[in-house]
Amino acid sequence: MMEAQKYVWEGAIPLQIHLHESEVTTLPPPLPALILAPRIGYLPLLIPHIKPHFSSALPPGVDTVWFEYKGLPLKWYIPTGVLFDLLCVEPERPWNLTVHFRGYPGNILIPCEGEDSVKWSFINSLKEASYIINGNCKNVMNISQPDQVELWHSVFNGNLEAYLKVSSKLKLGTAGHEYSANLSSGSFVSRQSAGDTDATGQVKTGRVPVRLYVWGVSEDFDDLEDAPQIDSWDKISYINRPVEIHGEEGKCFTLLDAVKSLLPEHFQYKSLTNEESSKEEGEDEQKVPSEEGGENLSEYVESCYPSDNAEVKLVRIQGIEPKLEIPFSWVVHNLMNPEHFLHVCVCLKFSQVKIPSDG
Amino acid sequence: MDISSWDGTISLAEFHAAACALVEKWKKVSSASPPWSWVSCPKQPWVASHEVSVEGYLSLENIILVSIKEEHDELPSFPQKEETSCSDKEESIDIATLVQGQSDHDEICYYDLHIVYSAPYRVPVLYFRVYYSDGEPLQFEDIKKHLPAHSAKTLLDSKWTFITQEEHPYLNRPWYKLHPCGTGEWMKLLFQGDVSLARNGAAIEVYLISWLSFVGQVVGLRIPYEMLNQL
Repeated sequence: MMEAQKYVWEGAIPLQIHLHESEVTTLPPPLPALILAPRIGYLPLLIPHIKPHFSSALPPGVDTVWFEYKGLPLKWYIPTGVLFDLLCVEPERPWNLTVHFRGYPGNILIPCEGEDSVKWSFINSLKEASYIINGNCKNVMNISQPDQVELWHSVFNGNLEAYLKVSSKLKLGTAGHEYSANLSSGSFVSRQSAGDTDATGQVKTGRVPVRLYVWGVSEDFDDLEDAPQIDSWDKISYINRPVEIHGEEGKCFTLLDAVKSLLPEHFQYKSLTNEESSKEEGEDEQKVPSEEGGENLSEYVESCYPSDNAEVKLVRIQGIEPKLEIPFSWVVHNLMNPEHFLHVCVCLKFSQVKIPSDG
Repeated sequence: MDISSWDGTISLAEFHAAACALVEKWKKVSSASPPWSWVSCPKQPWVASHEVSVEGYLSLENIILVSIKEEHDELPSFPQKEETSCSDKEESIDIATLVQGQSDHDEICYYDLHIVYSAPYRVPVLYFRVYYSDGEPLQFEDIKKHLPAHSAKTLLDSKWTFITQEEHPYLNRPWYKLHPCGTGEWMKLLFQGDVSLARNGAAIEVYLISWLSFVGQVVGLRIPYEMLNQL
């Protein structure tokens, strides 16, 4: 299980960073900076490495650094790997970005004061993940100061070993953790759920921190290079909503199930349409419909199509496109980011009503 | 609703129901002041929404709020003790939000308030913007000066966990946000502290109004007295 996590932590995007032409004051202009950016890292953390490269060319003034890709200002609090997966559908290597040291677009981007801002955003997300998993932020808030420093440094330096040591104190085991064990023993089947935890103390139901970045197309594309370029954040639907896992006997909760559960407007995922009407306490809970128990996976996938108005065209996580039938818990456990969120880029294709064209 | 096992949070559908109730009641009770409205947000902007969506947020925009520095002693505090907002001796301002004429500040500031549901925390969250009449946004330091005194103090004590500047979940722009971390806990305390609220079968409608009566204090939004008179 360590293997996949190691690859994720070692993953990096080669960047070629160009100084924006309006800020070049020297002749000849400076060459672009080449840097390997960790997938799980954040662009502002690269600034200390980039700045020396350009500082002699900059106009006088105070630095307010921001990055853009093809005119789109980049949201600095989104991990670098996610930005790349989302905005570079056909992966571009190196990824050509433009850096600005002036003219921060404060009406579009929230302010960034370097490493401190990134660290704060990271801790904030970690608290949110903790709340989603445990129902409170206590573990994160009560972490000792040295441990907090150690945790941040492990992320900053991409040190997985150090990270695992500190993060285990946070007790952020997610629902479905036991699936990892099942996977290695060759079985994908979940055990019977008797409420939140069963006799062995493993979590069966629960919430998983997920951030979904969805964009849509109306036409099919066979090659990724034909996919439309995202030129505005308004074209991306950002869904910061936990996936709710309900352990079901004899049924594996797949990555596809998880994605569709977060998009109820487009996919009729039966067991979760009852989610909103049931509360965790007091009232009688609506039982998850048991009629699905008999379906096998391919039937289930096909049955989603006729009643849905969209099709999942692409799912990209940590730069890979996992098979959609993979158990969701495995995906979470191995591909999540250090703040315990799983970031998923999804492209949906919508069927449009064809308007007959007049001859 | 069984209060003892409730954790103070609500679902998206409940938020939507509570929001609709708030909009209706506010209109009835406070017809002279600007109304809250529900802004529907289909999650996928490129697809026309044919159905009524429960996704969305409450909006109250372009309002002027009184700075109530001198009144802070009278305001109900966040629930540490049993309290009901409606029985406190508050200023009897029916029209809570509009100020007629000049305030005592250099310039009049306008607020946009949005109440957005947070799926991770399962509670409402207040997002707000403050700007001058020419549309120029206030800097954080200036916003602090315009906030009621007691919330400015809390702000100074714990800046990073109280008001933060984050991206609006729907609008792709920076807004100020009140951090939702403890909301579930104090909403539970609030309901536990008020027997009448707990008994009330329409508790979900009361939830949002009660929430707003506390959270609104941060920016100086006063809830019309009649809104709190539920039973």
